[in-house]
Amino acid sequence: MTLVIQDLSKEFPVPNQVPILALSTISLTVGEEEFVSILGPSGCGKTTLLRIIAGLDSATSGSITLDGETIDRRSSQMAMIFQEYSLYPWRTVIDNVTFGLEMQNTGKKPARDIAMKYLNLVGLAEFADRFPYELSGGMRQRVAVARAMAIEPKILLMDEPFGALDAQTRNMLQKELLEIWEKTKKTVLFVTHSVDEAVYLSDRIVVLTPRPGCIREIVENPLARPRDRTSPEFARIRRHVLDLINESSQPKEDLIVHPPSL
Amino acid sequence: MRSPRILLLPVLLIVGWEVAAYFIDNPFVLPSLSTVIPILIHPFSTEYTLGTGSLVENAAASLFRVASGFLLAAIIAIPLGIGMGRSRFLHDFLDSTIELLRPIPPLAWVPLALAWFKIGFVSIVFIIFIGAFFPILLNTIDGVKSVKKTWVEVAETLGARETDVLTKVILPGSAPTVWTGLRVGFGIAWMCVVAAEWMPGISLGLGYLILYAYNFGQTNLIIAGMVVIGVIGILIDQVFRAGERRWFSWRSLER
Repeated sequence: MTLVIQDLSKEFPVPNQVPILALSTISLTVGEEEFVSILGPSGCGKTTLLRIIAGLDSATSGSITLDGETIDRRSSQMAMIFQEYSLYPWRTVIDNVTFGLEMQNTGKKPARDIAMKYLNLVGLAEFADRFPYELSGGMRQRVAVARAMAIEPKILLMDEPFGALDAQTRNMLQKELLEIWEKTKKTVLFVTHSVDEAVYLSDRIVVLTPRPGCIREIVENPLARPRDRTSPEFARIRRHVLDLINESSQPKEDLIVHPPSL
Repeated sequence: MRSPRILLLPVLLIVGWEVAAYFIDNPFVLPSLSTVIPILIHPFSTEYTLGTGSLVENAAASLFRVASGFLLAAIIAIPLGIGMGRSRFLHDFLDSTIELLRPIPPLAWVPLALAWFKIGFVSIVFIIFIGAFFPILLNTIDGVKSVKKTWVEVAETLGARETDVLTKVILPGSAPTVWTGLRVGFGIAWMCVVAAEWMPGISLGLGYLILYAYNFGQTNLIIAGMVVIGVIGILIDQVFRAGERRWFSWRSLER
């Protein structure tokens, strides 16, 4: 499995003005079983980049291929997890998880079994017959993860999935996500504006500059997992990433730097 | 306890009515309750309805007309509303015309209905159709527009085709609002039927009954007919509300 992004640019047209250049000449290759974060301040186009990869938006120029083939949003080779709660409120938890399987005409019973497997993986098997409104924000995002995993995509695209959660829940879900990732070895592309989150999770961190979004640097993170947020090595990488962002951006208030949790 | 409070005013009104009827002493202006209640407790009898159909027959006729016009309105307005909510082009194409027609009261269509469909069932159904159509249409458009973009995008990334998006996301996502449109539309349709039954050549229906009673100076029968109209209206509204609680509670519980 290889995802290749080549010279990708995205312009948003503005009536009677020069178009806004949101992304410029992005080139990136993501390989099998990799956990890659895309990090940058708000407005740097990182969500746009992820949406283009998912096939939900189109690029102005450049190309994206997955194993040599162009992207189709309905191909089920990728699944996306959104920042806002995206569960279907009229469906129970398990019926949310089977949604993608229904689209592929998987039989009712096998779909249920697959869904239960992934609900077990995210620790919510006992909530299978509940409705989303009965669940906390963290639980809803776990269900969204299970729903995305259930179609067994090659790549999991995550757009600030923990952005709306409180700090404790967020840290817990990061830890769980890594455990799931280690069990399933899916390739993950993870968009975030949190330096701490990016360093904690990823093998590589793609640091974007704001307006237009260009790749500032791709930082390798060789630290062994589970990572200790308080270790000097962790702090060193975090410092490096933070410096990259600070030198290239002015609106620093956009950046959330989480204090190391004890 | 809530129930004594909500019953207080109706009880006072009934007592006040009886007192007023006693002093006015003119059953054409205000008949005593004792002349209204016998009509209501003999709904199958034609003895109390001056030789025309019984209360139940009249109510059944009205309900059948309302149901016909209402169903016709729903069958046309819901697909049209979905189309208008989904397609910018269709919306822009139809919106100005709909906004132009919408403020015309259903009863203003009566002369035209008579000219087009002559006296009878079709004309009544047409008036009811006009009354129910717009609330159903506008609520359906609103409902479709209220479907979150993310819901559609999730479905697409999970492999949904256009028809899947329509049947598994747009329809269930907009259903609560459509249901509200149906409830409001039925309420208006029920109001329309009474007046539509005042058209010439009608000989059954609750609207016909109260006008017929007026021609005989039987105010007690007018009031009995009005009570039946009101009670049926409440009952149907309650059925819609029960459906809302049963199927669409997720909308109010969702944060």
